[in-house]
Amino acid sequence: MMDVVIIGAGALGTAIARELSKYEINVLVIDKNEDVGGDASKSNSGIIHTGYDATPGTLESRLVVAANPMYDKLARELDVPFIRCGAILAAVSQEEYQLLPKLFRKAHENGVYDVEMLTAEQARKLEPNISPEVKGGIYIPRESIIDPFTLVVAYAENAAMNGTKFMLSTKVTDIKVEEGRVTKVVTDKGEIATQFVVNAAGLYTDEIATMVGLCDFKVHPRKGQFYIMDKEVPYNIEKILLPVPTKHSKGKLASPTTHGNMLIGPTAEDLEDKEDYVVTREGLKEIIESVRRLLPAVSPKDAITQYCGLRPTKTPEGYKIEASKEVKGYIGVTGVRSTGVTASAAIAGYVVDILADEGLELKLKKYFEPYRIGITKFNELSWKEKDELIKQNPLYGHVICRCETVTEGQIVEAIHRPIGPRSLDAIKRRLRAGAGRCQGGFCGPRVVEILARELNVPPETITKHRKGSEILTGPNRLGD
Amino acid sequence: MFETNYDVVVIGAGPAGLASAIEAKKVGAQKVLLVERDSDLGGILQQCIHPGFGLHIFDQELTGPEYAYRFIEQIKPLGIDVLLNTMVLDIHSDDNRIYAVNQEKGICNIGYKSLVLAMGCRERTRGAIAIPGTRPAGIFTAGTAQRYINMQGYMVGREFVILGSGDIGMIMARRLTLEGAKVKAVVEIMPYLTGLTRNKVQCLDDFDIPLYLKHTIVDIKGRNRVEKVTVSQVDDHLNPIKGTEWDIECDTLLLSVGLIPENELSRRAQVKLSPATLGPIVNQRMETSVKNIFACGNVLHVNDLVDNVTVESRVAGNYAGLNAIGKNFLIKKVAECLPGDGIRYIVPQRIEVTDEMQDVTLYFRVKEPARNVTLEILSKGQTIARAKRQKINPGEMEKMKIKASAIDKLGHELIVRVAEVKG
Repeated sequence: MMDVVIIGAGALGTAIARELSKYEINVLVIDKNEDVGGDASKSNSGIIHTGYDATPGTLESRLVVAANPMYDKLARELDVPFIRCGAILAAVSQEEYQLLPKLFRKAHENGVYDVEMLTAEQARKLEPNISPEVKGGIYIPRESIIDPFTLVVAYAENAAMNGTKFMLSTKVTDIKVEEGRVTKVVTDKGEIATQFVVNAAGLYTDEIATMVGLCDFKVHPRKGQFYIMDKEVPYNIEKILLPVPTKHSKGKLASPTTHGNMLIGPTAEDLEDKEDYVVTREGLKEIIESVRRLLPAVSPKDAITQYCGLRPTKTPEGYKIEASKEVKGYIGVTGVRSTGVTASAAIAGYVVDILADEGLELKLKKYFEPYRIGITKFNELSWKEKDELIKQNPLYGHVICRCETVTEGQIVEAIHRPIGPRSLDAIKRRLRAGAGRCQGGFCGPRVVEILARELNVPPETITKHRKGSEILTGPNRLGD
Repeated sequence: MFETNYDVVVIGAGPAGLASAIEAKKVGAQKVLLVERDSDLGGILQQCIHPGFGLHIFDQELTGPEYAYRFIEQIKPLGIDVLLNTMVLDIHSDDNRIYAVNQEKGICNIGYKSLVLAMGCRERTRGAIAIPGTRPAGIFTAGTAQRYINMQGYMVGREFVILGSGDIGMIMARRLTLEGAKVKAVVEIMPYLTGLTRNKVQCLDDFDIPLYLKHTIVDIKGRNRVEKVTVSQVDDHLNPIKGTEWDIECDTLLLSVGLIPENELSRRAQVKLSPATLGPIVNQRMETSVKNIFACGNVLHVNDLVDNVTVESRVAGNYAGLNAIGKNFLIKKVAECLPGDGIRYIVPQRIEVTDEMQDVTLYFRVKEPARNVTLEILSKGQTIARAKRQKINPGEMEKMKIKASAIDKLGHELIVRVAEVKG
């Protein structure tokens, strides 16, 4: 019997799980995917927002503004790459320039008082590669960047270390309600009895809500396409560059990442199909054209890859995080879209409060381990430290990914962690093997071999991201 | 930390590294070291199990491993040291040392008198050319697929479309067919073949594999595994033409869309790179802009024939060896080699005129295919050399020799150009 079942292992589900793992309760996280990281959480911009541009007075404003300052401690505890790089909101036309005072006031209304107005000259000084057309801007010092993959893995690993259970590759098919109370979560791997259910299923929150007969909203995907640029472009930036939002769109940004590759995008395309992960020629063209207004030198020739993510967009829009009055024990975490990774740190505590209000008995554990030590960062060690590590375990002397310098030791280490990667993409998200210039051309065959050996399965069963995405189709004729 | 010193250190033991190490040793360097990241010598030749190597150097048609073996068998008798499974992580060109890593020795700090860069190249990816669509399994660069099939013994698909008419792509089309797979099309965005004509004949025509020039892939479909690709005709500016698209059902897309010299380490050593070749700028001794550092093979510019790599790498090894034993050249004059009409790039990019000149071979690529042309090398308004060609092709490397006796006549620049196009 579980106390809480969380549906969804994205940023929200895992953050809530980690927060709940501080208490003497049984918690289970279920996700349909083979890895934690959800759908939206693994394909976003990696920005930790301040909430300066949220709609003042909303729950989203409250939670995003509250979450931002939490990341210094959280990133330290969970060993997640996090950089307080700051952002420049840049006006490149007179019309945009006129809008700055209004945006400045909006930041204040959201409680973000550390914003500063910038002259054109100050903006250029902060970011020399910015367009010469810039008329002025707003500096938002606490806009920050995080490695969103590591954040979710870290939440999940830390929760697991503290006793949370995970069921991956598991699809929730129904939720049983008896006498107005949630009793069981039904999955394709069996039924789980529980007191509470937290619906943190992102794009699929409407489908889960329908299972308890409580769906007064719809979720549709809003696609965001991105380019990832080579680390060595001559127009690299240290700060996030944001456009002035228009009536139609928040616009496309350029952002550094914690790994040194610039990111540009996203588009905002409202769709029906929740599986429409298609990068389009038109979308990519639109990104280059928009970002060039801020950063004129940007060129698609410097891209190493492109991707898209689907923001779960709720109709009606807006965060809605609450316990159901009709069905006891059901808590919906809905309407959390592009700010979800940022807000996760605050939403976790917010949901725990709701559970307590609903009668979940929360007794602090005698011992909770807040620290999670990440996978060895071979690249960041000194020559001496590298040498000593290899003497202890020679696998660290075997470089598998040449672009990002990832060793066999690190890959083996990752595979045997609490929530171990099982696919090429899962390895890539944790270690960046395959995320560099050659996009896995060199390390792919080697990672397939290591995964097969460590998991003791045939190489033909190793996938790119889930069942059906196997890399190999069988032995060649000599192998028959 | 393991520390040692060598006269000549060669990074990479593919055809370029092997030939340069042998030559450095033969010219008199005492201690020569080959550093290789793979578990065997030979580089990418190991997975090139098809014939077609060595026609120029050995007057014989060899497979890749056979060609490599002609060099590998000399390494031990010559007393050249080898570090296998060893990745070079950094080059400190200010104090002539490299940092490498392997499982037995840990971090290796190795001093050199001459360093030869022979790291080869990597394949251009889907991301670099931004093919739209989903991101399923079943998209491979041709070389990666070749490694899975020829080295690891696995097939990577059943029904293939190949984008790009590069040599590896065409060779893989034949290889896959022989493995029982169906290659449905080779699609090339340019109006001409980018690989060797002989590969089209032997690998595509002989197996009835259709080649679509002036076409590209505009969409990839399939969530888990590739299900189909959309092919479209392109206009003269290489933009897809609306209304000409059609789908080809397949489970795998192979990319043979270009090779990029792998110069991450060269950059760390502050070696100047050419924007045209993406490799180091070198003189006729294959010496880079950084003292004591030489370069050869595909790290310098992407070659079509391994035979050319061998010739060029022997030059690099020879001068790296001489440099290590203290040989200096008094430079009287420098001539920059500039691409003229119809020429994309030239290697070497500069000729340093000394009292001890030998013939210099210029390697270059043309921009467009043409028939019945004259190639010319000019300097100070005079023709230094001329050569007739029945046909020229961007996919095939051209070379012309400047006689040692003619080098004194060079000015500060020389120009290579396609002079006449008849008919």
